[in-house]
Amino acid sequence: MASLGLYNYWLVIALMMIGFYIVITSPNLVKKIIGLNIFQASVFVLYITMGKIIGGSAPILSDQIAVYSNPLPHVLILTAIVVGVATTAVGLSLVVRIYAAYGTMEEDEIEKIEAQEEVPT
Amino acid sequence: MIEALIDEAILGLMLVIAIGVLYWRNLFAAAMLTSIYSLLAAALFVVMDAVDVAFTEAAVGAGISIILTLGTLALTCGEQKPRPVFVLGPFLLVLLTGAVLIYGTLDMPDYGDALAPIHSHVAPRYLEESRGEVGPPNVVTSVLASYRGYDTLGETVVIFTAGIGVFALLGHGRRRGKVVAKEEV
Repeated sequence: MASLGLYNYWLVIALMMIGFYIVITSPNLVKKIIGLNIFQASVFVLYITMGKIIGGSAPILSDQIAVYSNPLPHVLILTAIVVGVATTAVGLSLVVRIYAAYGTMEEDEIEKIEAQEEVPT
Repeated sequence: MIEALIDEAILGLMLVIAIGVLYWRNLFAAAMLTSIYSLLAAALFVVMDAVDVAFTEAAVGAGISIILTLGTLALTCGEQKPRPVFVLGPFLLVLLTGAVLIYGTLDMPDYGDALAPIHSHVAPRYLEESRGEVGPPNVVTSVLASYRGYDTLGETVVIFTAGIGVFALLGHGRRRGKVVAKEEV
């Protein structure tokens, strides 16, 4: 139990797959974006896991500390978190526009409305 | 030892919450659960020594993205149509993807291994030289602002583009609404 081995990666992959499952099965567009957020956060955890050293400390330099965890994944994930929120914002505003145009944000209902509109022309 | 237990406990809670999001049909509840999920991820980042990331995740992931989701729900509707949660085809696809990913982790170094290849290159140089070359004691700050400053510039460009995108999508409809209102008068 002292070492987690690969369990951390496997649990994170399970989380990622739940997010993925929400994205592909849910016809509701907001739920899809929520699933995407879960997927994203899990990928962040995966990256930070790789940077951890057992017995290490946060990468803030001090004379009393000899071992630091790897700062590089931290920097990459900081960028990724902010970019993730930017894409979420664009996705959600697209949902708002779709809802304004169709009166629904369920994918299959939108398809039905589109099919009905195509018939007369 | 205790760290490992905390780590596993938090990941277990995250698993429970993710399944909750999958089953809950009320979108407000699902959005709140996502926020809790981000907060737990932030706690996990503290356990794994990524304090800066934990800060950002708690503020941006658990804070701003939930506000955006709630704003969207206020403009649309908060309930999802009832649908079966279990669908065989996607479930098999997800299972297959997960299996391939787990196969990919099999030759990865153990959790917290100090001899892992990721720790042998680039990062030691940042840890040793950043104090003299850049200055601040926080290595993450040095890398973010100096060594990988272009990354951060690119990030800012992405946010700016996203801002323009949101403005183009949402600002347009409001303006047209005003014009229509004027014509009616």
